[in-house]
Amino acid sequence: MKESEYIPTYVGTITKYVFIDSPDTTPQTLLIRAYEISDGLMIKETCFGLQVTGVPEKVKKLITELRTVDPAHIFVKDRGFLPGDPRRCRANLGGARPGYYGHEFESGLFRYISHGLEELEKNTAPTVTRLGKKRLDEGKLPPNRLLEIIRNEEA
Amino acid sequence: MAKVFIFPATSLILSDMVERWGHEALGAATGIRERIQTASLDSPPLQMTPEDPKKGLKYAAVEVPCGVRGRMALYGPLIEEADAAIIINDADLSFGCMGCARTNELVMFMIRQRKGLPVLDIKYPETDDEGFAFVSQIKEFLAGLGGESDD
Repeated sequence: MKESEYIPTYVGTITKYVFIDSPDTTPQTLLIRAYEISDGLMIKETCFGLQVTGVPEKVKKLITELRTVDPAHIFVKDRGFLPGDPRRCRANLGGARPGYYGHEFESGLFRYISHGLEELEKNTAPTVTRLGKKRLDEGKLPPNRLLEIIRNEEA
Repeated sequence: MAKVFIFPATSLILSDMVERWGHEALGAATGIRERIQTASLDSPPLQMTPEDPKKGLKYAAVEVPCGVRGRMALYGPLIEEADAAIIINDADLSFGCMGCARTNELVMFMIRQRKGLPVLDIKYPETDDEGFAFVSQIKEFLAGLGGESDD
């Protein structure tokens, strides 16, 4: 691709990742459901779920419908690139797609989030433990310890 | 519907939570999409153009590495546009080179500097109870922003 020849494709569309991490629903089941109601959208099957590209209104409608399949176990993320874009697709780059590691890490937390969503739905959970703000000195070297190191170096 | 800046800007969970409860998540994808869908003579194979570090001068001084300025050209306008922000403080996945690391610090600094911007500070859950706390706090925060809700 020459610099002077860049012509964007699918202008005005959005792309969304749909992840599923459910004991009851497989990515294939979700994909078939998506195809049934796709209404001209571009859908790509992946091992974790699917990617969907199209005009924002239609994509939003499809996502709303897909979420009803398993609300607490389906997660949706916005994506900047189209599926298969040579700048991101690993078929062209080799190795994992940039961004894969972030998804891999957060996929490991889905079970806690799903539990939270289910409890929230039931509204039976006990009092909420507040997750506090990180303290400014958290994980930092205390000044007294720093002075001690400097003095030891000087000695 | 409020525009909520998410940090890490590529967070899958935050992006989902914000959209699940009827708001718009402002993350890296928003800025990247705008760039790659805009026809331009100088659009290189990658999404950032030589113009971006210059735009980043609004947010970081000229001595700052161009990696930081390029990234700020992406995130800066999103922070300015945001009505609220959610920060995950222990997001190791956003770790990177000095460009990423310093940009992360600058992004968090800018968010906290914006007066009147509601900010939710949170950590990734490590247990089921924390998962519930995580989800509840985000829902409560987003409900406070008003707008439409999918519930």
